[in-house]
Amino acid sequence: MSRKFLSGNEAFAEGIRLARPEVISAYPITPQTIVVERLSEMVEDGSLRAEYVHVESEHSALSCAIGASAAGARAFTATSSQGLLYMAECLYYAAGGRFPIVMMNADRSTALPWNIYGDQRDSLSQLDSGWIQAYAENAQEALDLALMSYKIAENKAVSTPYMANLDGFVLTHTYETVDIPDREQADRFLPPYETDNRIDFDNPKNMAFSAGPDSNYIFKYREHEGVLAAKAVIAETEKEFAEIFGRQYTGLTESYLTEDADYILITLGSIAGLCRETADKLRSRGVKAGVLRIRYMRPFPNEEIAHELKNAKGYGVLEKDISFGNEGAVYTNVNSALKKAGLTIKGGNFIGGLGGRNISAADIEGIFAHIADGKDGVHFLGIGGSDNG
Amino acid sequence: MANKTAESISREEFFYGHKACAGCGGSLAVRAALKVLGKNAVSVLPAGCMSAVGFNFPQLCFSNNSIISTFAGTASMLTGVEAGLRAKGFKDFTAVGFAGDGGTADIGIQALSGAIDRNDNIIYICYDNEAYMNTGIQKSGLTPFGAKTTTTPAGRNIHGNIRPKKNMFEIAAAHDIPYAATASVGYLPDFIAKVKKASQIQGTKYIHVIAPCPTGWGVAPDETVEIAKEVVDSGLWYLAEYENGRFTLNHKPKEFTSVEAYLKKQGRFRHLDDDDIRVITESRDKKWEHINSSFEYSGK
Amino acid sequence: MRPYIREKTAFGFDDVPVNTSFEAGYLVTVNSGWRSIRPVVESTKCVGCEQCYLYCPDGVISIKDGKAQIDYDFCKGCGICAKICRIGAIGMEAER
Repeated sequence: MSRKFLSGNEAFAEGIRLARPEVISAYPITPQTIVVERLSEMVEDGSLRAEYVHVESEHSALSCAIGASAAGARAFTATSSQGLLYMAECLYYAAGGRFPIVMMNADRSTALPWNIYGDQRDSLSQLDSGWIQAYAENAQEALDLALMSYKIAENKAVSTPYMANLDGFVLTHTYETVDIPDREQADRFLPPYETDNRIDFDNPKNMAFSAGPDSNYIFKYREHEGVLAAKAVIAETEKEFAEIFGRQYTGLTESYLTEDADYILITLGSIAGLCRETADKLRSRGVKAGVLRIRYMRPFPNEEIAHELKNAKGYGVLEKDISFGNEGAVYTNVNSALKKAGLTIKGGNFIGGLGGRNISAADIEGIFAHIADGKDGVHFLGIGGSDNG
Repeated sequence: MANKTAESISREEFFYGHKACAGCGGSLAVRAALKVLGKNAVSVLPAGCMSAVGFNFPQLCFSNNSIISTFAGTASMLTGVEAGLRAKGFKDFTAVGFAGDGGTADIGIQALSGAIDRNDNIIYICYDNEAYMNTGIQKSGLTPFGAKTTTTPAGRNIHGNIRPKKNMFEIAAAHDIPYAATASVGYLPDFIAKVKKASQIQGTKYIHVIAPCPTGWGVAPDETVEIAKEVVDSGLWYLAEYENGRFTLNHKPKEFTSVEAYLKKQGRFRHLDDDDIRVITESRDKKWEHINSSFEYSGK
Repeated sequence: MRPYIREKTAFGFDDVPVNTSFEAGYLVTVNSGWRSIRPVVESTKCVGCEQCYLYCPDGVISIKDGKAQIDYDFCKGCGICAKICRIGAIGMEAER
């Protein structure tokens, strides 16, 4: 193990180097660029033996990765924002074909208006694409997700592509001290990719075919099962990861002071740290505040959320997303989890950080105050409530 | 009685039992090319006629490894397949794409340009039936001037398509591609020889083969080969190659057959008037001025 | 080698593959029902020149004992073979 002072992008690239992808295809977009630059340097200096393909677009980046995966190779790509939307067709394609490609997405605002800063409207718009979606909080987690991602995605029961999301700039460009695992340990953790979902010269295949109404729904059902299977596989993988590398992750969610909390703030990504600090401050004033960080949006932690919230008096969902005409996608998902569990707790939706707008400690205190008032509805930080109550 | 061309290709059938229309020129092009490339060809076909007729689970009509790509992604998936197989240590294979005119000249041109720019070791074959036939005969960038399609109707005001075909062959050549060629299923031995030649060249290869669609062109199914020959004989298409920076003409009709006769045989051109035919003939002559001045003739 | 008709033609829940890849060249239906006319080879005339074999879009013609023979399971009756035959050894006849 070594320690380095790295940005989120650089840490992710280090994780990918350890994961030994065989084909990398990527197209530059801010704020993802550093990860593909570092990977090209690793290929150049020979520390990563991979085919590095300079594609001419994000659509081609993922299309190329699908072709490589169909050849039986471990494939990687990375993108952000408009790039993710431009390759959207291929997201569904990769998932439907059960190709366990890993992609890093630097979460960034989507045009219009143009904006290069972080929010999560890009990846959350693709929840239905069939990909596993993880959201990292810090650079260490980013590196560790890079290494764990292939093990989860390539698991036979899962066979589903994996999108690791890093908040643009706030995480991709912020430097932290990061532990980098040893190559030998990484190789012990992650074996080479083996699959029969590939071109085979001894037993030729026809792949990525059409399936009519008679069988199409069966393929889709299996795809659904694959993403669901990731729940158990994520837990197993994190256990094995902890045994080898000594860092234990907490599955689909990470809770902070939730056991006895009256008010729980649910969020995802890099803002979770400030939420926890705010909870500490409120606790010192006698307010029983807790934070639940969603680590995986797909598969969605229905049971975990219901379990954590079952004794809470109120909750809020803070997200960098809005599904126009309704509410944030995370809020919708959380409410569904509570409904399924028969919980009728009041909770509000707090839309913040759009286009990289700062979310302050005062904002988060305000959210907790709002939750404590027992109000629900959709609130834009810095603006106020919408009429969608 | 030996047929030299038949002897030069595999006896096996790699594209069989497909649901293409009777007399489909595209399926003939795919079949012939795969018989040249053999069992270690890996075919990539985008959404389009040939994938629609060949890959309906559980009816799977390619006996070699074959995969459907996204409509825009023929070339980029070819790149990935080639890179992936190479990364896995395979050497003896050919990554070959078969995309239609729309998949090549319109939605797939960016990925194709990227692949040629990287000089990926692939063969890209455009089977050109001159419209979006799979979706019901809509105009593509390779629909010729005057053709009636379901989106370029022939009426009193507009006589079908008002734009000429994009010159994909010279667009590919302008990338300084290692090998590009034009062909027609009406001259199958020439097409087969070009696929063979492409398979022996390192880097990106582009072959543009005219493959009539009896349904979309408005000809009888048994006329596919004849009409594909006639488009060459009338000078409206040509058989050529680009290699080492030079253009070569492979076939020079002594005298062009009638443009009007070629057009009037087809339902899609039947509405054209004398002025339209004059425009088409003039543009053919202009094209041949260019060919005669800048292509070398390989014939005797 | 060529794609051929398999025994198993119906795929229930458990038979559908887990991913979109399956055995190449797996056929479950024939195309003979498409035909309204069928090519008939006059074997006394056929010289086995293989032009029909070469130009058949469906690949249903092969040469056996120097004569063209047709796989009627997959012939669609397009008539290209009859047109391409220079010596008129293939005629098109109505399907009954």
